Amino acid sequence: MKTFGLTATALSVIALSATAAAARDQVQIAGSSTVLPYSTIVAELFGENSDFGTPVVESGGSSTGLRRFCEGVGENTIDIANSSRAIRDTEREACAAAGVDEIMEVRIGYDGIVFASLNSGNAFEFTPADWFNALAAQIVVDGQVVANDRTSWSQVNPELADQEILAFVPGTRHGTREVFEERVIRQGCEDSGALEVFTAELGEEAAGEACVALRTDGRSVDIDGDYTETLARINSSPNGIGVFGLSFYENNTGTLQVATMNGVTPSTETISSGEYPVSRPLFMYVKKAHIGVIPGVKEFVEFFVSDEIAGPSGPLADYGLVSDPELAATQQAVTDETVMQ
Amino acid sequence: MTDMPLPQTGRAGARTKGSLLQADSRTRRRNAAEKRFRAYGVTAIAIAILALVFLLTTIIRDGASAFRQTYLSIPVTLDAEILDPQGNRDVAEMSRVLTLGYGRVLDAALDRSIGSLELNIPGLSEGDVDGIVSREASAQLRQRVLNDPELVGQTVELNVLVNGRIDGYFKGRVTMASAERDSNVSPQQLLLADALAERGLLVTRFNREFITNPDASDQRPEAAGIGVAIIGSVYMMLVVLFLAVPIGVAASIYLEEFAPKNRITDIIEVNISNLAAVPSIVFGILGLAVFINFAGLPQSAPIVGGLVLTLMTLPTIIIATRAALKAVPPSIRDAALGVGASKMQSVFHHVLPLAMPGILTGTIIGLAQALGETAPLLLIGMVAFVREYPGGPPEGLFDPASALPVQVYNWTQRSDPAFVERASGAIIVLLIFLLCMNLLAVYLRRRFERRW
Repeated sequence: MKTFGLTATALSVIALSATAAAARDQVQIAGSSTVLPYSTIVAELFGENSDFGTPVVESGGSSTGLRRFCEGVGENTIDIANSSRAIRDTEREACAAAGVDEIMEVRIGYDGIVFASLNSGNAFEFTPADWFNALAAQIVVDGQVVANDRTSWSQVNPELADQEILAFVPGTRHGTREVFEERVIRQGCEDSGALEVFTAELGEEAAGEACVALRTDGRSVDIDGDYTETLARINSSPNGIGVFGLSFYENNTGTLQVATMNGVTPSTETISSGEYPVSRPLFMYVKKAHIGVIPGVKEFVEFFVSDEIAGPSGPLADYGLVSDPELAATQQAVTDETVMQ
Repeated sequence: MTDMPLPQTGRAGARTKGSLLQADSRTRRRNAAEKRFRAYGVTAIAIAILALVFLLTTIIRDGASAFRQTYLSIPVTLDAEILDPQGNRDVAEMSRVLTLGYGRVLDAALDRSIGSLELNIPGLSEGDVDGIVSREASAQLRQRVLNDPELVGQTVELNVLVNGRIDGYFKGRVTMASAERDSNVSPQQLLLADALAERGLLVTRFNREFITNPDASDQRPEAAGIGVAIIGSVYMMLVVLFLAVPIGVAASIYLEEFAPKNRITDIIEVNISNLAAVPSIVFGILGLAVFINFAGLPQSAPIVGGLVLTLMTLPTIIIATRAALKAVPPSIRDAALGVGASKMQSVFHHVLPLAMPGILTGTIIGLAQALGETAPLLLIGMVAFVREYPGGPPEGLFDPASALPVQVYNWTQRSDPAFVERASGAIIVLLIFLLCMNLLAVYLRRRFERRW
C-alpha cells in the first residue's frame, strides 16, 4: 500500500510542477565559450553588488546560444545570447519568425587570437603568408599550383626554425575558426600572391575556397573542444603550435610562449590599437522584450559595459579582454535601449 | 578422470604402459588449455585493476590538494574616506561602493600592514602585495562591512583566501621557475608568501569552503566550491527517488504478476529493454521538448533534471525489479493463494518483501547511474554557471542549480590551471558518493537477503 501512497505523492509533485512555472528572478545567459569567462566574472560581481540575483550563465557556443535566443519571448527562454561573431541574417529571420524582433546588439570588447607553443620549444615570428604556405591544401610554387607537401617550418620560410609543421586549429563549429580563416589564411593567400594564381586558374569563387582549404594529411589538426584540449594536445606533442584566445594564453604564460604576427606581439594594447592583425569583436545580444519583465536584465547589461567593468583598467581587461575604444557609444545605446535595425 | 578417453584397441599396448601419475599428451594439452584460460582471466583482471589504480592515483594526485587551501590572516584598517564618503554609516548609501572599491581599500590596507612587518624583499612592488589575496576577499569584506557598518574606520582582523597561484605554490603546482615565466605571479610574491608563512600569518588548512561554496568565476579559482552542485544533485536524486521508484516498482509488479502474457506485453517488454540502452542525451532532448517547451518548466532547474533522469532510470529499475520478482519461487505465491489470500495479498504480503533486497539494489544502482550523468543535463540548461544556492524544497526544486558531474565538466574547460585541481577534487567527492551508494546497496542485499 505504501507504494501507492508514494505514487500519489509523486503525481502531486508532477501536478505542482505543471502549475508552478514561477517567475524567475535571475537573468539567464547562454552562448559563446569565448565570452563565457567574461560573462561569469561580471555575473559574479553583479550578484555581489546589486539586489538582483546572480545571472545563470551557460556555455555551448555562439550558434547554439543564438538559436536558443531566437526560440521566442517568455520566461523559459534565455534573455541574453553571448556571441563571438555578429548575428547572421538567417538567425535574425529565425528570431523574427519566433517573435523576437527587438534585439539589442552590445559589443563588449575585442578578443585577440594568438599562436602559442610550449615554452621549452623554439620561438616563432610569423606572417599570415607563413601560415597559408604551411597549412593550405594547395599552394603556389613558382607560379604553379601544387599540393602542399612541406614538412618543416623552415621550408615555408627560411627564417623560421627547422621544426616539424604541426598546428592545432579550432574546428569548424567554433566562431574562432572563421576569424582564423579570414584574418590569417585568406590574408596569407592574398599576401603571398597565391590568390591571383588561384583566380586565374579556378575562377574567383573557387579561388576563395581554395585559399582556406586546409591540408588533410595530419599537419593541421582541427580541435573541436576548447582551448584546454588544444593545450593538452600541445603538451603531448611538443612540436605543435596551437591557436588560442589571448585571455587563455595570458592565464597560461607559465607553460606557453606566444608567436608574433607581422612582428607584433599580441597584447591588449597592440590589439586595441589595431597593430596586431588577428582579433574580432565579442557581442551580447539582448532581448528587449525581457527588459522590465525579467528583473535585472537592463541593469546587468549596463553594469557589464560600465567603465569600471569593461573599461581598460577593469577586471575584464585584467583577464584578457581588449576593451572597446568606443565603449561610451555602447553605454549610450544600452541606456537608450537602441535595437538593431 | 571419468572422461578419460577409453583405450583404443589398436594402441592398447601403448595405453596400458601409461601411468595415471604420468600425464599423456592429450591430458597435458587439456591442462595447458586450462592454464592458458586462467592466465587470460588473470590478465584481464590485472588490466582492469591497473586501469583503476591509474585512474584513482591520477585523480587523487591532482585532486587531493583541493581539500586544502591557503589562508592569510592579517589586520587591516578600513578607510572611512572611500567606504563611507558621507560619514553617516547609512547602509543604502554605502552599498554604492562596489566590490572593486573595497578591493582598493584592501590593497591600501595590505600595503600598510605588510609594509609594517618590514620583510625586506628586494624588488617587491605594491602590485605584488595586492595580488597575493584572492579577489573574493574584497567581496567578503564588503559583505562584512555592510552587515556591520560600525566597522568602518576600525582595524579588523581579516581571514581571507590567498590568490590561486600563491596557493598553488604551497601545493607544489607553482614553482619559482614557473613564476618567472608566468605573468600572473612573480617570484617576489612567492618570497613574500614564504616570509608570511614563516611568521604564521599564511596557513594552509582544511578547505571546508570547497564543499560549501558555490562556483566562482575564472578570476577566483581559489574560491570555487561544489556547494550548489551538491544541493542540485541531491534535489535531482530526491525527484528520481520519489518518481522512479514508485512508478518503476508498480509497473514491474503489474507486468510480472498481473498482466496477461500476450503480444502487447511482449512489445512493452522489448521496448523497456530497448529504452535501457538508449543514449542518455536522447532523454535530454525529450526533456527539453516536453518539460521545458511544452510544460513550461523553468530552465536549469533540478526538477527538470530530476524528471529527465527519472525517465532515464526507469528502465533500469523496472528490469531489476522484474528480475527480483521472478527470483521469488512460485511455491510462495501458490502457498499464499492456497490458504485463501487474494492475488494482491499474495504479492504485497509475500512476494514483494522477499523481492525487496533485489529491488533496492536495482534502485540504488539506477540512482548511482543517474548521479553521474551529464549529457541529458546539457540540453536542459543545467550545465551552467550558477552561483546562488537554490531555496529549500519544494520551491527550491524550481531554482537554477548545477550538478556534481556538470561541475566537473565545467571546470575542466576553464583556462586557469587551478581549476584542474578543483575538477579532480569534485571527482573525488562524486566517487565517494557513488561508493557510499554502492556500499549501501551491498549492505541492504546482505541484510535482507533470504535463501530457499
